[in-house]
Amino acid sequence: MNILMLGWELPPHNSGGLGVACFHMSKALALAGSSIDFVLPYSAYHPNTGFMKIHAATTLSPLHRNGMGAYDSASAITDALHRKPGETLTNIRDVQARYVSFVEELVSGNAPDAIHAHDWLTIEAGIKAKEVTGAPLIVHVHATEFDRSGQNFGNPLVHEIEEQGLLMADRIIAVSNITKSIIVHRYKIPADKVEVVHNGFDASVMEPHTYDDRTYAYLEHLKTEGYTVATTITRFTVQKGLIHMMKAAARALERYDKLVFLFAGDGEQRDELMRLSADLGISDKVFFTGFIRGQRWRDAYTVADIFVMSSVSEPFGLTALEAAHHDNALIITKQSGVGEVLSSIFRYDFWDIDRLADQLIAIAASKALKDELTYGVKREYARLTWADVAQRCLSLYSGAARKVAA
Amino acid sequence: MSHKGITLYLHVHQPWRIRDYSIFDAAQRHDYFDDESSTDRNNQAVFLKVAEKSYRPMNRLLRRLLDEQPDFRFSLSITGTFIDQAKRFAPDVIADFKALVDTGRVEIVGETYHHSLAFFYSREEFERQVSQHADLIQATFGVTPTSFRNTELAYNDELAQWADSRGYKAILSEGWDPILEWRSPNHLYRPAGTSDIALLTKNYRLSDDLAFRFGNKSWKEWPLHVGTYEHWLGASLAHGDTVNLFMDYETFGEHQWVDTGIFEFFHDFVSRWAEREDRRFYTVTQAAETFAAAGELSMPHTVTWADSERDLTAWLGNSMQQEALRYLYALEDDVIRSKDQRLIADWRQMQTSDHVYYMCTKWFRDGDVHAYFSPYDSPYDAFLFFMNALRDMRFRLMHYHSSSNGGF
Repeated sequence: MNILMLGWELPPHNSGGLGVACFHMSKALALAGSSIDFVLPYSAYHPNTGFMKIHAATTLSPLHRNGMGAYDSASAITDALHRKPGETLTNIRDVQARYVSFVEELVSGNAPDAIHAHDWLTIEAGIKAKEVTGAPLIVHVHATEFDRSGQNFGNPLVHEIEEQGLLMADRIIAVSNITKSIIVHRYKIPADKVEVVHNGFDASVMEPHTYDDRTYAYLEHLKTEGYTVATTITRFTVQKGLIHMMKAAARALERYDKLVFLFAGDGEQRDELMRLSADLGISDKVFFTGFIRGQRWRDAYTVADIFVMSSVSEPFGLTALEAAHHDNALIITKQSGVGEVLSSIFRYDFWDIDRLADQLIAIAASKALKDELTYGVKREYARLTWADVAQRCLSLYSGAARKVAA
Repeated sequence: MSHKGITLYLHVHQPWRIRDYSIFDAAQRHDYFDDESSTDRNNQAVFLKVAEKSYRPMNRLLRRLLDEQPDFRFSLSITGTFIDQAKRFAPDVIADFKALVDTGRVEIVGETYHHSLAFFYSREEFERQVSQHADLIQATFGVTPTSFRNTELAYNDELAQWADSRGYKAILSEGWDPILEWRSPNHLYRPAGTSDIALLTKNYRLSDDLAFRFGNKSWKEWPLHVGTYEHWLGASLAHGDTVNLFMDYETFGEHQWVDTGIFEFFHDFVSRWAEREDRRFYTVTQAAETFAAAGELSMPHTVTWADSERDLTAWLGNSMQQEALRYLYALEDDVIRSKDQRLIADWRQMQTSDHVYYMCTKWFRDGDVHAYFSPYDSPYDAFLFFMNALRDMRFRLMHYHSSSNGGF
């Protein structure tokens, strides 16, 4: 089967889980015998991608493909929907316009069996490819604008693109039941058009890691004194619910003082979070690392005992599985999709500060509980394979193709 | 020569489920069991629901059968926590049970008041709970148990020896094949190391046909007809004296809903059996007095009536469960010495085996999420609330004793 895969990023040039998911999904599809044309909006070298053909829609470097992160659509979009290609690529709409025309050219006289578009970023190109070739369009929703904007409405233009793509798609893949529910209720798409396919997780691609106990030496020292380290490793945006988490940290410390909190990452809420920790009188128990990658990023998972995913709205939440891989006990909001495929975890509603505090204390105070959670979740994520995801995709492609032919 | 028959035994129990008791409640309020939410932690709501679906209609049916069939008889075990809840939430249910017992054809089997696993943690506490239960049964129904069952039918030789030494005439266990080997569960046995007591083993195949399979439409025998079931019982009785049908009382109306036809089935089945000249119903103690033991049976290791493993792993299989009970029983001396009746009662209600059952994680292994019923979102939540309540009990103990039991 020939698949046109419309993506926005691939590792190592990814800013989040989208690139990781696209990489593994494509690889598993290739292993299942498919041939894949993968279109990217930038030019760069991607190691270990020999299993598919990568097409660069522009000559931009990975750093300049957006002028901003792939996820931060809210702030800077001027409508350049119909701007002619060839003009300067100053913002994401310019890049998208160029991406669309590249795809149009690519598929002319060379129709794929299925078009697989990922998120609002490539939806317009997917619609165009369908228009030109008549091949079935599968829109894969990793995140909606509702997720990205927390509880706010978000960017209306992005909404419009999403809405159009969901209407035009022959089938829709949602990465969780939460996401499906948003698609059905907020975009008014019939439920039977949307299939939930949870992401896989391939722990073997996390390169072997040698922990360096000097990276977080102070935390290591506290651990020898009986402290428990709870962490979040994320972007500091409204979507991630970190204000609630900080308040829960303070609440937990009222009852149990041998807890420290590692806030790893950066983002627009950083200053607010720092101020809040001081206002709550717990700044000595909260550690900010700034943006981290590589050794420090891996060490942050390793030094932690508990990983909290405090998101207000998280379609999936790959980082929770990365944390589990590093022996963390997981506490995940009920608003995070990854919680749907795991049993050995604590869940809470993102606004329920007391419940999160309670769960933090429970784990810190009981080694038995921590061990049950830690070992239990490892058994569970081992079952989430990309090969299964690929099989689900292939049967969706065939089903959609039959429908288009009929 | 005595007639072969059926020994029917129904188990009646409700636990005091712990509410979403948070660490912020600890040392502030001690109302672990008072949940007024719309969740399944609301003990009153659960009790009233089950009363409507099971206790009331089944009591009516049993009463009717006792009236219609002078030879019908059976046994019940009713926990103290059930009786306490019934008295508080639905006193008519207790009156109904009393009316059954008053016929003289319904035996009450002894057990621990709190449906606990105390036998495996503290012999002293176990004996206190058994006699507390006997007192309650005497006060409520005017009878004293002469047979014994341990929580979840958790049985071993030591338990049988204890019951024998206390003068019980009969004791109940699972009739588990690896133990029975070539023997039939339809015989009575003499437990190893005892002199007088008789062991009745559950015929789990015929019991589970009703308790688990009756309403299952994908079961190849569905729908089960009285004639078929009677035929199976007859075939089984080719060996032994009595088919021991042991099951939860809630089988009728709660596990098997009214629309499965379970009540009609039971009525017809009991009527036909009672009308036969060559067949009888026995209570547990009557069976022990009627039939002779076929031989000695030894169960050095604990056997229960749960899961395919028939062991205690649903209650003590993971380290959370073990930790929870270890900490709970570690408080025993301090709690008893406090003489604080409210505290002692709370401590005992925490011993109900259901609490640790809700912490069971073994079903995660096969992803069979529906295998275990629990009022909590997860086993971890169950552990969380239990431990918070336990911490509060430690706090309460500090009023009485200078040193607490350590730990957080």
